[in-house]
Amino acid sequence: MQLLSSNRTRAAGGAFSLLVSGTMLWAAVVGSGCSKSSAAASGDPAAAKSDKAVPASTERSTEATGATVLTPPGTEKSTIKAADYPTAKAMTTGLKVDDDSVTVGILHSTTGTMAISETGSVQAEKLAIAQINALGGILGRQIKVIQEDGASDWPTFAEKARKLLVNDKVAAVFGCWTSASRKAVLPVFEKENGLLYYPTFYEGLEQSKNVFYTGQEATQQILASLDWVNKEKGAKTFYLIGSDYIWPRTSMKIARKHIENVLHGTVVGEEFAPLGNTQFGSLINKIKLKKPDVIFAAVVGGSNVAWFKQLNAAGVTAANQTLLTISVTEDEVLGIGGENLAGFYSSMKYFQSLDNPNNKAFVEAFKKMWGEKSVIGDVTQAGYLGAWIWKAAVEKAGSFDVDKVVEASPNIEIKIAPEGYVKVHPNHHLWSKARIGKAKADGQFEVVHESDLIEPNPFPKGYQ
Amino acid sequence: MSSNEIGSMIAMQGFAGLSLFTVLLLMALGLAIIFGQMGVINMAHGEFMAIGAYVVYLFSQLTQNFAPGLRDVYFVPAVVAAFFVAAAVGYVVEVLLIRRLYKRPLDTLLATWGLSLAMQQFFRTFINPKEVSAELPEWLLGAFNPTPTIQVPRNGIFVMGLTILVSVGVYLLMLKSRWGVRIRATTQNRVMSSAVGINTDRVDRFTFALGCGIAGLAGAAFTTIGSTGPTSGSLYIVDTFLVVVFGGAANLIGTIASAFSIAQAQSLLEFFLTSAMAKVLTLLTIIVILMIRPQGLFVTKVRS
Repeated sequence: MQLLSSNRTRAAGGAFSLLVSGTMLWAAVVGSGCSKSSAAASGDPAAAKSDKAVPASTERSTEATGATVLTPPGTEKSTIKAADYPTAKAMTTGLKVDDDSVTVGILHSTTGTMAISETGSVQAEKLAIAQINALGGILGRQIKVIQEDGASDWPTFAEKARKLLVNDKVAAVFGCWTSASRKAVLPVFEKENGLLYYPTFYEGLEQSKNVFYTGQEATQQILASLDWVNKEKGAKTFYLIGSDYIWPRTSMKIARKHIENVLHGTVVGEEFAPLGNTQFGSLINKIKLKKPDVIFAAVVGGSNVAWFKQLNAAGVTAANQTLLTISVTEDEVLGIGGENLAGFYSSMKYFQSLDNPNNKAFVEAFKKMWGEKSVIGDVTQAGYLGAWIWKAAVEKAGSFDVDKVVEASPNIEIKIAPEGYVKVHPNHHLWSKARIGKAKADGQFEVVHESDLIEPNPFPKGYQ
Repeated sequence: MSSNEIGSMIAMQGFAGLSLFTVLLLMALGLAIIFGQMGVINMAHGEFMAIGAYVVYLFSQLTQNFAPGLRDVYFVPAVVAAFFVAAAVGYVVEVLLIRRLYKRPLDTLLATWGLSLAMQQFFRTFINPKEVSAELPEWLLGAFNPTPTIQVPRNGIFVMGLTILVSVGVYLLMLKSRWGVRIRATTQNRVMSSAVGINTDRVDRFTFALGCGIAGLAGAAFTTIGSTGPTSGSLYIVDTFLVVVFGGAANLIGTIASAFSIAQAQSLLEFFLTSAMAKVLTLLTIIVILMIRPQGLFVTKVRS
């Protein structure tokens, strides 16, 4: 049987096929170093532990726009007057600050592949800024936002970062999501002496004077969760599986060291599926063959959805297999479908279901601003922290100058953090807790374990 | 490990290979028709799959909100609707865009690539930037257990059934219907077909819409195994082209043979090596074969 073809088609076909297969080969060999599925943050009841009743959140309006926003519990309208911090004194480096306002940048992808993940971060950052404005702003000044679109393209991120720092003279930038975009803008921020607040949990191995990392680095996410699964489930054999790029590979390296050297367990298999892989049939059979106590997974993006759907279809469910993932937040569950995930565990620092007054107020304010159906994942919460950390540092320093803000940052505490409580470490990462959530069919997580505050350690010795 | 377990593993792995084969074939059928019959390189093929997937999602949402009792039956009409919606969009695209580029086949590559970007952003802006999931009926979830140690994915069985249905349908349409005769005649000799009274413009529109409709069907089926997001289509497009080109662009048997060999190679290698190595070896083999036979596995002989 044949469908017919014209010569034209065939000629084009030959050349085109080589092109296609060549490109795929390239992708398979090189891997691509970017996207990370959104994952965790933790909500922390610790801050709410004080016995005093915490006042409920209050609805306030912003002077600039008149729009109302719910402000966090326990926060009061700022009494700081701009006149006490004259612009000439509070800013000496040419940033865009005047007696009434200060301008900041938001730099995320709102178009392209990564828009899926970065939207939540943009929303959280805007919420934090609206709340700060409603509470009287920073040093008596209202925050104005210039938003740029990185378009899921790393050179574009660098170009827009330069635009924000050089042309717009913004005092701080909240943005980037993938490690690739952060690496692309890093030289720009260091050269122009800008200030970046980066929200995503990431692989660590980085520290810059000009960047604050409000997500957790790899050890904060991995070690506590492996300890938990070892102790709670008696897990000794682990199967590691991730997407094939830097974040899962670094994470699995750390996980393997910890399993072998600290837990004295065995890694019975380690697999990295190409980014965008949608067929996991053979891999799942391999896992079935090894019968590990725990599957430890860091699959991201569209692959993540296929991975969990096919696990379920292959009869691997929470009833017969323990699975711990570091790449699934409430955002991912939307795509994966709660029924495919129910009973599996996720390690994050924040879950939307965290039961503490800070988080309840945060979720309420977020939904009021962005709609009742909003889902809040780990990175979204980490994005929310950035503006508050910056505000605290600026007010401690009494200045918007980057050097002074950086100097004032260590040991700043955020007690209204939805994850409960965080503190800035001198290495620019945050002290946070690790939490284990058990997935429920409705797409939320039940928090089953919470660690103590973990010191960030972006360059872990013995794990590299 | 007992011999019973080894037997089960062989059975499950065999099914994994067959399942991948049917997935590849279903993806490639629509493209094979468009590429093979019209010479149009449709880079937006993946986005037509996404349309199909979104139609299923829409049906799922409607069912959930207005008729929760129908959860077990909505899926079948949703798949049918996915075909017609994708075909309708394809029809419009042919009229507005593709028709103007038949004389410039390589330009269709650029134009449809642009179209795919536009469609992705449309999904992102107007549907949902995040991945969404259709709530599947109970009978598509989980595994079918013929013996206690063998689990066969039900969604795999569904995709397999649908692929067989569509392949047979395409075969009958192309070779046994008057429409098929017209399509083949137009492909072979447009001027002559036109002279004997075939409305070739109409044939083109129909062919393109048919290809897009089948893409929509594939997308609908894939909601059971993969993701539905603005860029889901791009996860499939490269594999799709690979199958079509490797098989020989215009040949249904070629497409089937190519999907089968790629799927088996891929799934076997993946089982014994790593996923990345499996991909590398499969692609290397394909490149070598295409260097020797640039026209693909099967060639349709026509007079030039």
